[in-house]
Amino acid sequence: MSAAPKHAPTMAKMSFADKIGPWLPMLLVPAIMVLGLASIPSMSSWLTLTVSGLAMGMMIFIMASGMTLVFGLMDVINFGHGVFISVGAFVGVSVLMVLASMTEAPSLVLNLLAVLLAIIAAAIATGGLGWAFEKVIVKPVYGAHLKQILVTMGGLIVVEQLIVVLWGPEEIYILRPQALQGAITFAGAALEKYRLVAVAVGLVLFLGMRYVLRSTKIGLIVRAGVENGEMVEALGYRLRLVFVGVFVAGSALAGLGGVMWGLYQEVITAHMGQQMMILIFIVVIIGGLGSVEGCFIGALLVGLLQNYIAFIEPKAALISNIALMVAILMWRPQGMIPVVKAK
Amino acid sequence: MSDPILKLEGVYTDIAQYHILQGVDLEVPRGGVTMLLGRNGVGKTTTLRTVMGHWRAKTGKVLLDGQDITTLPTPQIARAGVGFVPENMGIFSDLTVEENMILAAVSGPIDPARLEWVFSAFPPLKTFWKGHAGNLSGGQKQMLSIARAMVEERRLYLIDEPTKGLAPAIISTMARALRELKEQGASILLVEQNFSVAKALGDSCVVMDDGRVVWSGEMAELATDAGLQERLMGLSMEAHQ
Amino acid sequence: MIVKLLSGDTPRSKILGAILLMILVALALAPFLFPGIRSVDTAARICVFILLVASYDLMLGYGGIVSFAHTMFFGMGAYGVALASTHMGRGYDALIVGAVAGAVLAAVVAFLIGLFSLRVRAIFFAMITLAVASAVAVLVSQLSGLTGGEDGLNYQIPRELTPAFKFGGEVMGVKLNGKLLNYYLVFGGSLILFLVLLRIVNSPFGRVLQAIRENDFRAESVGYRVVNYRTAATCISAAVAALAGSLYAIWLRYVGPDTVLSFEIMVDILLMVVIGGMGTMYGAVIGATVLVVAQNYLQELMEVASNSVEGVPLLPQLLDADRWLLWLGILFILSVYFFPTGVVGRLRAGK
Repeated sequence: MSAAPKHAPTMAKMSFADKIGPWLPMLLVPAIMVLGLASIPSMSSWLTLTVSGLAMGMMIFIMASGMTLVFGLMDVINFGHGVFISVGAFVGVSVLMVLASMTEAPSLVLNLLAVLLAIIAAAIATGGLGWAFEKVIVKPVYGAHLKQILVTMGGLIVVEQLIVVLWGPEEIYILRPQALQGAITFAGAALEKYRLVAVAVGLVLFLGMRYVLRSTKIGLIVRAGVENGEMVEALGYRLRLVFVGVFVAGSALAGLGGVMWGLYQEVITAHMGQQMMILIFIVVIIGGLGSVEGCFIGALLVGLLQNYIAFIEPKAALISNIALMVAILMWRPQGMIPVVKAK
Repeated sequence: MSDPILKLEGVYTDIAQYHILQGVDLEVPRGGVTMLLGRNGVGKTTTLRTVMGHWRAKTGKVLLDGQDITTLPTPQIARAGVGFVPENMGIFSDLTVEENMILAAVSGPIDPARLEWVFSAFPPLKTFWKGHAGNLSGGQKQMLSIARAMVEERRLYLIDEPTKGLAPAIISTMARALRELKEQGASILLVEQNFSVAKALGDSCVVMDDGRVVWSGEMAELATDAGLQERLMGLSMEAHQ
Repeated sequence: MIVKLLSGDTPRSKILGAILLMILVALALAPFLFPGIRSVDTAARICVFILLVASYDLMLGYGGIVSFAHTMFFGMGAYGVALASTHMGRGYDALIVGAVAGAVLAAVVAFLIGLFSLRVRAIFFAMITLAVASAVAVLVSQLSGLTGGEDGLNYQIPRELTPAFKFGGEVMGVKLNGKLLNYYLVFGGSLILFLVLLRIVNSPFGRVLQAIRENDFRAESVGYRVVNYRTAATCISAAVAALAGSLYAIWLRYVGPDTVLSFEIMVDILLMVVIGGMGTMYGAVIGATVLVVAQNYLQELMEVASNSVEGVPLLPQLLDADRWLLWLGILFILSVYFFPTGVVGRLRAGK
């Protein structure tokens, strides 16, 4: 750290690379879209795939965001995060089944209301479960990564088994509400209505989360806590409470994402969360552990790439995500938006 | 010196297997600057961190204004009115200067008059109010760190080496600001390696060695007694002059 | 002599020593003590899992690295033997080529993953291995032309290792056939490799690993390149896991995603190493034996329990034989909290 030579107020000089650096990851999303456009012959298929990639990315982001913040704040790595997705999906779908009269009615308002109720129920259930999970499973192993990984994995297994106990071992097939089925045609491309809704919901949640993190005091505490939790406490804020709050919120978001993902796939299983964890890990690693923006960009990249590749060369779709991860880690070993950590 | 704002009684603190503090007894009188001096590694920073509750005293007591805060959680110690400027400054570099200051004002919105006073002490903070704290120079970061403690009236300020590694011009800005703070009647416990700053600011003085307090008294007494300085602090003082 | 074989790392507890000796004798004489296809099968599974879990312990218990790709390495060895035997025809050369190729591939992949994750943060390794292992598992079921997909591969192994090969009559009522030789190949292979692992963790290399696990900053400051040691441990561990997979493939004469690649096996390995005792090697012996036996018989026990509480709400479902993972999961969490040193640690502490 160098001292300013004179007492003249000058910001530390930034090179061009430093200035452009933080923005590069954001440019990757349009870049990959353009690449997709170049390698997919038909404009209308490209549009369909892009919307579906964005929808998938948004849903992954919703499910992953809590995990990355939980890590950033308390250095806690929750391998059981995926189970909130499954629980959310099962609770949400159960609610939708109860509300069958609303989902089968050909009214967009009633349909959306039913989905909203299902999402709220799922978020409440998984938020509560998250609170219990934090207390019972995570809290005793603060500061010990190895035990955290083992114990949260154990928690995942147990809760997953409990889902089977409560809902039975069979997968459950569901239909999307009447008005959200089918597609609209835009510029010659068929765009599934549900995917458009998913993109909208994801965008709203992302902007909402950004607003909370950037413009509220709680958000400031969270962002400051990610960088230097000890100093946040020395200023007089109870980081532990904030952390529990973030954990619960992150679990609720995962549950919410679980309902949306279930409706997207039109089938839910107890293992769905565990399967999603693979994509979630890739997303939070390439985004930079602890960074919400990085997580958002990473999720969109994974969603888009997966859809483009599945169209171009279906068998390579799975490997494409691993390849993306390798490429990004070669470029930035800490992920696209590395989180500043004090000390 | 009847009613100290801060009192440590026989404090022992371990870090991992190392016994860093080995029975620290010290008093910080109400009002004025108490210097905490000593060579590197004798436990000055650990003393401040133990008061803040970052590290826990194994035995002994920490009393703030007569109240036992030894086992209180750090946030409660802070809210009891302790402003802390840590050794590494603890700046949130991802936040703006403004956001850093908003966070520092725990009890509510920043008092505009007090903010003006902070700005007058540290003009660069006004200039870069909306800028990222991470882009400040080293000296400006140190200003921000002290400004965060100053933004609200605290019962006690704990300040760890505010002049470390800074250019002389900025050191004098720091010293001026701390003097203003003192003139408002604040109680400050200040760790300082720069002896001329210590001489200029200090009212009373505590010297540590090997995890214990080895001397305490008036700053003036230490400042005029070169032999005492030599005996208490040895070579490190020369290195800093 | 025995102490030398054990690389000086004795059980250090009379009870533990007795239990280990019992397991060793039981496994050595399994075909004669417990005749019958199912029990010999169980014994072979125990041998393979002891080796597999011990290799995992090298990484987790000694290196302090969590990996979720151990089944992937296990599978590489198994598929190595399967593919070699399929394409080269039955023969010992196929077995050797398959096993060596599997082990080398496993070590190389482990090295690459280590390159990308261990250099940055050790926890990256856990996340990346989970992602890579799942991708590979899916890939194996998709590439059915090569791997047989979900159905897996059946193949021929040298005749001397199959029941069709008979030599001499019977000893103690047990037919002397190739299956018996096959069992002793698995047993002997596992035993030798286990002793090799024991040697590795008690070598200077192993001691550095333990120092790193205790305090990686200090180890680094003393001058050890932590990343290199961890990467090396990972590669050795992966190669041995692959060899365990090869032995299993020789025993089963079949490989498929469910038997060698599934996430359930990964969970089993975790349970075995934690319950037996991390960082002890002998924990692998105890953990694998207890869990393999339990899995074979626990389900029957739960069946009985489930039937006996019929009519009570929820209880029968909780005790359903298919829910054994629920109870093992709870046991797993409790072990990590309350006795992280496992059975071996407990026995040693209480000597």
